[in-house]
Amino acid sequence: MKKLLIFTAFLSISLISFSQNRTLPKVDLKTLDNNICNTSEFDNDGKPIVISFWATWCKPCIKELNNIAEVYEDWQDETGVKVIAISVDDARNMSKVKPKVNALLWDYDVYCDPNGDLKRAMGVVTIPHTFLLNENKEIVYQHSGYKDGDEYDLFKRIEALSK
Amino acid sequence: MKRLTIIIASSFISFINWAQDNSSGNIQGDFNLSTQSYYEDRAINAEKVDEFMLMNAYSNIRYNKGKFTAGVRFESYLNVLQGFESNFNGNGIPYRFAQYNVNGLDITVGNFYEQFGNGLIFRSYEEKTLGIDNVMDGVRLKYSPLKGLSLKGFVATQRLFWEQGPGIIRGFDADLNLNEAFSYLESSKTNAIIGGSFVSRFQEDNNPVFNLPENVAAFAIRSTVNRGKISFNTEYAYKYNDPAGGITFNNFAPGSALITNLSYSQRGLGIMLDAHRVDNMDFRSKRGGTGKELTLNYIPAISKQHAYTLAAFYPFATQPLGELGFQGEINYTFKKKSKLGGKYGTQVAVNYSRINGLNGGPSELTFNREHTPIFFSVINEELYFRDLNFDLKKKVSKKVKVMLNYLDVIYNKDVIEGKITGKNVHARIGIAEVNYKIKPKHTLRSEFQYLSVDKSDEYYKDQGDWLMGLLEYTFSPHWFFAFVDQYNGGYSSEGKTYKAVHYLNISCGYSKGTNRFELGYGKVREGIFCVGGVCRNVPSSNGFTLNITSSF
Repeated sequence: MKKLLIFTAFLSISLISFSQNRTLPKVDLKTLDNNICNTSEFDNDGKPIVISFWATWCKPCIKELNNIAEVYEDWQDETGVKVIAISVDDARNMSKVKPKVNALLWDYDVYCDPNGDLKRAMGVVTIPHTFLLNENKEIVYQHSGYKDGDEYDLFKRIEALSK
Repeated sequence: MKRLTIIIASSFISFINWAQDNSSGNIQGDFNLSTQSYYEDRAINAEKVDEFMLMNAYSNIRYNKGKFTAGVRFESYLNVLQGFESNFNGNGIPYRFAQYNVNGLDITVGNFYEQFGNGLIFRSYEEKTLGIDNVMDGVRLKYSPLKGLSLKGFVATQRLFWEQGPGIIRGFDADLNLNEAFSYLESSKTNAIIGGSFVSRFQEDNNPVFNLPENVAAFAIRSTVNRGKISFNTEYAYKYNDPAGGITFNNFAPGSALITNLSYSQRGLGIMLDAHRVDNMDFRSKRGGTGKELTLNYIPAISKQHAYTLAAFYPFATQPLGELGFQGEINYTFKKKSKLGGKYGTQVAVNYSRINGLNGGPSELTFNREHTPIFFSVINEELYFRDLNFDLKKKVSKKVKVMLNYLDVIYNKDVIEGKITGKNVHARIGIAEVNYKIKPKHTLRSEFQYLSVDKSDEYYKDQGDWLMGLLEYTFSPHWFFAFVDQYNGGYSSEGKTYKAVHYLNISCGYSKGTNRFELGYGKVREGIFCVGGVCRNVPSSNGFTLNITSSF
């Protein structure tokens, strides 16, 4: 009971600050070459950023990123959006990420989050999970799961941001 | 509890500080609820539960402002779903932490997850769908004293359901990026990173018979080299005299693990080769522990992780006691408008993996036997697993996409599941998936899967053949409906005869933003199950399921 009270207390303190848009948490990730990179280095010159969590074994994730890849050039021309794909593959599959990304002809910035630090910091429960960031790198939209056609809805929101 | 109070106090202090600037920080949370009702179903060995329905739920709440972050997770298992350990039953806050960064020194007090290198000697992680949460509780520091050098250290105990394990774990890790650290290497085309880690466990010796080591250490060294299209990774780990294999054996053998990975990739082509050797590397925060509990390290399985239901029917699990494995994979895209690529291009992949036991079994050092396996031996060793698989994805027209899969798997049930069948299972699995886009946001997806086991006397027939069909309709962005039937033609095992059975399952889901509701009814066979764009690990049962996830 006491624990529950503390939990509730924490919740209410936190809720006071809920009025504002959430920004991207600062977490260390690995690049495809195993270098350390912090999310604070993510940048797209004030244009929108899409962050998509995926894994090499997750079919709907690959479907989503494949479908976006088909229209990515058009998206970039029209809105300047940048897609950042975060692989949550652990040590078992991390070595497959770079060959896979290259083979699938994805032109995204890809980073690895092998122990789920960013996944936890962003509240990702299941993948795929996609975030849209505005010019101040604030999270303005997110959705989990992927259904064919979800990218149309995402693009509408990207367009709205870049107007 | 006291520590928790301190965390709360510190969030109050920071709250007072917010008043002085405009930003009030970030708050973020997520929520996950899984409930299921269970009916008795003798045909599939599903049992009724006394509670009628069971529930797993948790919620994370995190607060961040500048360099300060604090968070808690409330977990509730009333009572825990079938397939998870009943020790989880109850409510509580097993996860709470505060973290701040002062001039580059990153301090975490409370709970944390951490991984050194590939995790061969230390990885603390969570995988809720598998009931794994090896979170640490203690103090962790991270510091970068000079460019390219990152140091991490911690002293902590490990979670065991609602308690802590008996061992005190100390760990230290260093990672050095040579190109960043040495200016004359900055412009080098070759990029190299080296690292090393050390982990030690303290556990009191109160064994009346044996004089057990109270401090057990392990170390690992690693390197990554990248040059152009080529990457090479390797890590070697060594564990000292950890009494294992049941304390009664008094097995003091050391352990070791070596993993290597080489990859080559360019636009449209990716090639990967993996090899690893593991000998007596079960490392836990409790001497002689078993099961999923209190594991300190993580030995990645060296086989492809399949997502289709029947492809994942015979999955390999790493044998930390000892194995020698290889894996190769080629991914290739036939370009658009080429002969094999057609109008939209074709993606193909081939993967092969093979794992066998060590020569004469893992290292052993007891009072009457000493054995060290030779380093490399594949011929005449016990085969644990072999998988050769092909994968093809092709967009046929604007509306139709086709995916084809074929697997040829040999599975050692005795070793992987601890059953005694005396023979391996040999399964061939064929899968076809067709996606049909009815309208831009309406898609019909169908899967047809067939698993056939080798009926010759050389192999164990296990449960015989399986057939599966799936029909799914999605209406972006909110709705999905799915119908699945898995059919087993019946089999006999250990003198018992099992009748043919259909595992029918219907489900539908609604999602809006990050809120997601999913309702299902039917018989569920154990395995990884993906519907409506999300994958979960589901135990065998018959009943209703309701899942809700949310985050903000």
